[in-house]
Amino acid sequence: MNFTLRVWRQKDANDTGAMVEYAAKDIIADMSFLEMLDVVNEGLIAKGEEPIAFDSDCREGICGTCSLVINGIAHGGQRGTTACQLHMRHFEDGQTITIEPWRARAFPVLKDLVTDRGAFDRIVQAGGFISVNTGGTPDANAIPVGKVESDKAMDAAACIGCGACVAACKNASAMLFVAAKVSHLNLLPQGKVEKDKRVTSMVTQMDAEGFGNCTVTGSCEAVCPKEISLNFIARMNRDYGVALLKAST
Amino acid sequence: MNITNLFRSSVGKKFIMAITGMALFLFVVLHLLGNLQIFLGPEAINRYGAFLQGNLELIWPARIGLLIIVGLHIWSAIKLAVENRAARPQPYAQQEIVAASYASRTMVWSGFIIAAFIIYHLLHFTVQVPAVNLTGKNFTTLEDAKNQHDVFRMMVIGFQSRVVTLFYIFAMWLLFLHLSHGVSAMFQSLGWKSPGYGSLIARFAVVASWLIFVGYISIPIAVQLGYGSSYVNSFNVNALQEVVK
Repeated sequence: MNFTLRVWRQKDANDTGAMVEYAAKDIIADMSFLEMLDVVNEGLIAKGEEPIAFDSDCREGICGTCSLVINGIAHGGQRGTTACQLHMRHFEDGQTITIEPWRARAFPVLKDLVTDRGAFDRIVQAGGFISVNTGGTPDANAIPVGKVESDKAMDAAACIGCGACVAACKNASAMLFVAAKVSHLNLLPQGKVEKDKRVTSMVTQMDAEGFGNCTVTGSCEAVCPKEISLNFIARMNRDYGVALLKAST
Repeated sequence: MNITNLFRSSVGKKFIMAITGMALFLFVVLHLLGNLQIFLGPEAINRYGAFLQGNLELIWPARIGLLIIVGLHIWSAIKLAVENRAARPQPYAQQEIVAASYASRTMVWSGFIIAAFIIYHLLHFTVQVPAVNLTGKNFTTLEDAKNQHDVFRMMVIGFQSRVVTLFYIFAMWLLFLHLSHGVSAMFQSLGWKSPGYGSLIARFAVVASWLIFVGYISIPIAVQLGYGSSYVNSFNVNALQEVVK
C-alpha cells in the first residue's frame, strides 16, 4: 500500500512548526500505524533527514503513550483502539493521511508529534492516591468490596491516561481523565476516606493546568481507547458538589 | 475548599450554569402555560395579564430574581467560553467532529441570539415601545371592554406582522436547540444522573424541547392563519362607527 502523509513537523517547543508532506511506500496492510511511521522514518534516516518524532512504548494498547491525531480524530477513529493498535488495512490505498499531535495549551508540543503530558501527572499527584501506612501485607478480603462497586471502579481504572479525551474535546477539557481517576478511588472503601479532599485537589489542579471546561458534547467518550463513560464525569461533579456543600456548612 | 470555589472552579461554574439553566427552563415552561391562555379567548388572557400586572409585590421580586438568574447564566457562559478558547491556542489543521451534536457545539451562539431576542421581546410586549412592533400601533393604549389592558389584542396585532413572526419562530428554534442539549447537560453538570436513567433524561430533554417549541410557535402561526382577527376587527369597526358619529 502507498500513502501520502501530511505530518506536523516542529523542531522544538519554541519552533512554530508546519505540516510537511511525505510519501509512505510499500506499506504492508497488516502493519500498525506506528510501524508504518517506522518505515517512513527508516527512509528519512537513509536519506540523512531528521526522523519524525512520535511517542510510543508498549505498542499493545495498554500504556497510553501513543498520541496521534489521525485525519482529525484522536487515535484515528476506530472505537476503543489506540493508534498503535490501528492497522493500515483500515485505510485506503493511495489515501492522504493527516497526522498531528494532541493540541491543548496544557499539552505543549516538545517536538513533532510529541507533547508534554506532565499536566496529567501533576493532577494525579494532587490526589490520585490513597494514604496508607506501610507495613505487613494485609490479609486478602480483609476489606469487603461489593461486586457492583468493584466493577465500576475497574471501569474507571481502565483509563490509561493517553489524553485522547483532551485532544478530541472542542474545549481541550480533561474532565474525562480526571473523572476516571477520581472515581476509581472514590468508589472503593480504601479511597472513600479521602473522597472530598481528592476530588477538590484534583479539580483544582486540573483548572490550574489550563484545561478547558466540559460542554457535555461526548467527543471524549467516543474517542477514548478504553471507552470510559461520560457517566464518570457526572459522578465526579456529584462528588465535587458534595465536597463543596460539606465545606460550606 | 469553600463556597468561593463555586465561582472559581470549572465544575463550580458549571453548577451555576446548570442551576440557573434549570430555573430558566422552569420559567420558560410557566411562561408558555401563561401564553397558551390566548387560546381560551380574550377574557382569560386579559384577566391573567391584569392579575400579573396587579400584583406588584409578586411581579417585581420575580423580575429581579429572573434578572439575577439570567445575569449569572450569561456570566458563567462568558467566563467558561473564554477559558475554553484559551485552552487550545493552536487549532488542528484537520479536525473531525466526533459524537458532538450541533446543538452542543453552538450553545454560546444560540444563547447569545436568544438573549438578543429576549431584549427585543421585552421591548415589544413588556415595555411596549411602539417603534419595535412594526405595526404602527401603540400597544399601551389597547383596552378591552372591562378597561383592562387588552393582552389578547396586543398579541394578535403583534403577530400579524410577518417579520415579527418569522423572527419569533427563528428565536424559538434556537431555544429548542439550546434546550435539547442544555436540559440533559444540566443533569450531567450537577451529577444528578446515573447510568440507569441517563437515557431517560436525554429523551426527556428532547421531548420537552419539542413541546416548548411547538407550544410557543403555535401562537404566531395561529394568528397568521387568522386566529383573533375578528376580535381585533370588531374594535376597528367600533372605532370607525365612533368617527362616523
